[in-house]
Amino acid sequence: MSYQPIRFYQTGTFTVGNRLLPDEQRSVQANMRRTNSLNSGHRACQGCGEALGARYTIDAAMEATQRQLVAANATGCLEVFSTPYPETSWQIPWIHSLFGNAAAVGTGIAAALRVKGRHDVRVIAQGGDGGTTDIGFGCLSGMFERNDDVLYICYDNEGYMNTGVQRSSATPPAARTNTTMPLGQSAGNRFGQGKYLPAIAMAHDIPYVATATVAELHDLEAKVRRAMEFRGARYIHVFVPCPLGWGHDSAATIRIARLAKETGLFPVFEAEGGRVTHVSRIKRKLPVEEYLRPQQRYAHLFRDPPRRDVIERIQQLADRNILRYRLTDGVERRA
Amino acid sequence: MLKQIEGSAAVAEAVALCRPEVICAYPISPQTHIVEALGRMVTDGRLAPCEFINVESEFAAMSVAIGASAAGARAYTATASQGLLFMAEAVYNAAGLGLPIVMTVANRAIGAPINIWNDHTDALSQRDCGWIQLFAEDNQEALDLHLQAFRLAEELSLPVMVCMDGFILTHAYERVDLPTQQQVDAYLPPYLPRQVLDPAEPISIGAMVGPEAFMEVRYLAHAKQRQALDLIPSWAEEFRRIFGRDSGGLTHAYRVDDAEIVVVALGSVLGTIKDTVDEMRTGGTRIGVLGIGCFRPWPTAAVREALQTAKRVVVLEKSLAVGLGGIVSNNVAASYAGSPDRVHTVIAGLGGRAITRQSLHRLLGQAVEGGLEPLTFLDLDHALVERVIARERGQRRSGPIAEGILRDLGVVAARAG
Amino acid sequence: MFEVRIHGRGGQGVVTAAELLSVAAFREGRHAQAFPSFGSERTGAPVVAYCRIDDKPIRLREPIMAPDALLIQDPTLLHQVDVFSGLVPDGYVLINTTRSLDELGLAEFLGRFRRERVCTVAATELALAHVGRPVPNAALLAGFAAIAGRISLDSVEAAIRDRFPAKVAEANVAAAREAYRSVMRNMQEVAHAEAD
Repeated sequence: MSYQPIRFYQTGTFTVGNRLLPDEQRSVQANMRRTNSLNSGHRACQGCGEALGARYTIDAAMEATQRQLVAANATGCLEVFSTPYPETSWQIPWIHSLFGNAAAVGTGIAAALRVKGRHDVRVIAQGGDGGTTDIGFGCLSGMFERNDDVLYICYDNEGYMNTGVQRSSATPPAARTNTTMPLGQSAGNRFGQGKYLPAIAMAHDIPYVATATVAELHDLEAKVRRAMEFRGARYIHVFVPCPLGWGHDSAATIRIARLAKETGLFPVFEAEGGRVTHVSRIKRKLPVEEYLRPQQRYAHLFRDPPRRDVIERIQQLADRNILRYRLTDGVERRA
Repeated sequence: MLKQIEGSAAVAEAVALCRPEVICAYPISPQTHIVEALGRMVTDGRLAPCEFINVESEFAAMSVAIGASAAGARAYTATASQGLLFMAEAVYNAAGLGLPIVMTVANRAIGAPINIWNDHTDALSQRDCGWIQLFAEDNQEALDLHLQAFRLAEELSLPVMVCMDGFILTHAYERVDLPTQQQVDAYLPPYLPRQVLDPAEPISIGAMVGPEAFMEVRYLAHAKQRQALDLIPSWAEEFRRIFGRDSGGLTHAYRVDDAEIVVVALGSVLGTIKDTVDEMRTGGTRIGVLGIGCFRPWPTAAVREALQTAKRVVVLEKSLAVGLGGIVSNNVAASYAGSPDRVHTVIAGLGGRAITRQSLHRLLGQAVEGGLEPLTFLDLDHALVERVIARERGQRRSGPIAEGILRDLGVVAARAG
Repeated sequence: MFEVRIHGRGGQGVVTAAELLSVAAFREGRHAQAFPSFGSERTGAPVVAYCRIDDKPIRLREPIMAPDALLIQDPTLLHQVDVFSGLVPDGYVLINTTRSLDELGLAEFLGRFRRERVCTVAATELALAHVGRPVPNAALLAGFAAIAGRISLDSVEAAIRDRFPAKVAEANVAAAREAYRSVMRNMQEVAHAEAD
């Protein structure tokens, strides 16, 4: 049976198209045999990007490992909303220890499995950006440096949302959080701070690093699958909008994520052995304003008079990303 | 087999005999020789199968042990001092998760001022973390306690800390009787966890527990430790049957039967105290010693019984509850049937200051004569501290204490007064 | 109980010397306890190590303040550190030096002690000759075996062989044997001198 290539022009979502695609092109989520590793009934907010990202990630990892998967989870929204004692949404062996040690707990699990000869069972460690780029950074860097056989997933919603929206080292410039309030001349979170963990991960020369967003779930799934083809330390940084913390419509999560990519503010790429091997092109470059405007955390930039200077600086950051990762180059770069 | 080896080597041998599957190592004096020796055994294949992981911090060491233990592997690490504090969050977590990790603590002081020498401040700072805490008197006991620790930990589903005095024991060469692998295997069955991270039976471990059940969870942790008070002596007895020597248990009473004065202490200083007590006994003083082998759970009944005849109790401890006095002595006083004002606290040996027979004779002589203060700091330079206190009374300035007394010590000329 | 205090500098094998002594005593069925002075001293800094030897288990954990024997690995310490502190009146002293007690300016001070219990040995030179490195501890221990008679040369040699790889061990044993002979000779001379 042959298929007619189909183009979709829906602007909000791709998922509808799944049903019209051949099996092998469908997402794991579109498959009735998906594992539902993060089951329904959890306590995440409406439109939670992290819940969406985690569900796709873990189900894809389950498929890639023939359901031989163990996960260690850092403290944070994902942990709290998924395990309201005595209930749990996890259908996989899952452990939460502390905020800052998910990568090390993953190392320990991987070591135990290795010593027991269970080479078939794979390990994921996961956390939010706070648990990854800040408090868990030491353990994560140690896990990378030793090249322990753990896939670490960072669900990046650019702040401490579990504790009520405070700044993390992944909070972007000018964003409003409860510890970076735009008061007086202050335009929210400062420029010139923060760290970009995907690049730091690559600097460890680990086998695989990738970024993804919840706007391109096929891409996310493919990267999880690819990551599971490697042994050693792997890192996927998933951009997950937070309607509560960012102040956007809960129906806009996917759109915001896509805008982050299409403006160049969040580069989507893959790297193997410390070298970028694939970049997701920006299909239609948009000004950062389109990304900033729907989010309350940037509302102070659009008051009267608007902070054109600040918006321009953010645009420069996007343009720098585009240049650095060649996000608008005519041809996709595949190694 | 009898061997003349370093305490750290003895402990490494004991740990290896227990067939650990994951060992996490982060260096801190005076624990280093233990993990170095274990690392060599893993590298040369003597200890297999075992994963030896050089981690990036003590926090990671305990975290890796947590992951390994939760995934069903027998996990071990060792630390001391600042390292124990750095991993403190994970130390509590391991106990809360009921993971039978065994950890050696080569007891060392806590800074500032930084000090690498022995006292018990590190371990006692973690007394409420939910771990079982055992203290070794000599290297034979340090070795034996590790064999017992894995057994205890796995039977009780609780982590166990084996405390041995840094340098004084870890770096001392003395005779130890190394058991055979057969003996250890007979004593310590394989690790069979109740819950394990296994894809065949997925479970969630470490969920958030709210007010509706948290009290019960904590009470059960307490109840389990109190149950351990019955089990520890029986396993020590089983140990005696297999290995042919007394080791471990809750307390060690020495010449207390008719003692009017009993000295209570933990760790290696007990030897010096016993020698002193023997000399005092020769002089006709009815004095005895009570060694605390198990500090957590606190052996209330055993301490009470051992102190039955004592008219006066002298608790000599290498720890200080700053702003209060003794830590061990508070526990002892709570278990002593007599009047609490008969329990004297002696803070001694902080930061490695030698505890000598000469000083003990002077101190215990005071106790015999009834002239011992409720709280005494053994061999404290009173003139020095009084001079500093008098000077600082007239000032309102903050600053580090050690640097503030440089000129009083006459070491160098301090730049600021 | 017999208590030995060893003075030297970081890097000279002071701690190893105490350990070897304890192993030698252990091999003779004695109880022994060796321990260092627990510093974070680096190479070259004054270091002290201790060894107790007894026929019954040793419980005492205090530093050795009144040694029965002093082994001084580095004569440059003599005027820096109070190495003789607490030495019992009939104690033994063995100093690693090529010079005489007179030359060291110690003759008068050490005159208080029993002449046949005070001796020098050129342990560093023996180590250089046999081992090729200035590690005087094996030779010094053999000298101690000779002067005090508390442990046999055989036990010292066995302890050395326990500790080091064969080649290094044999070189150290050779240094030890020569040191032993040298101290024995020295003591015989003293005995003759006293007999005369």
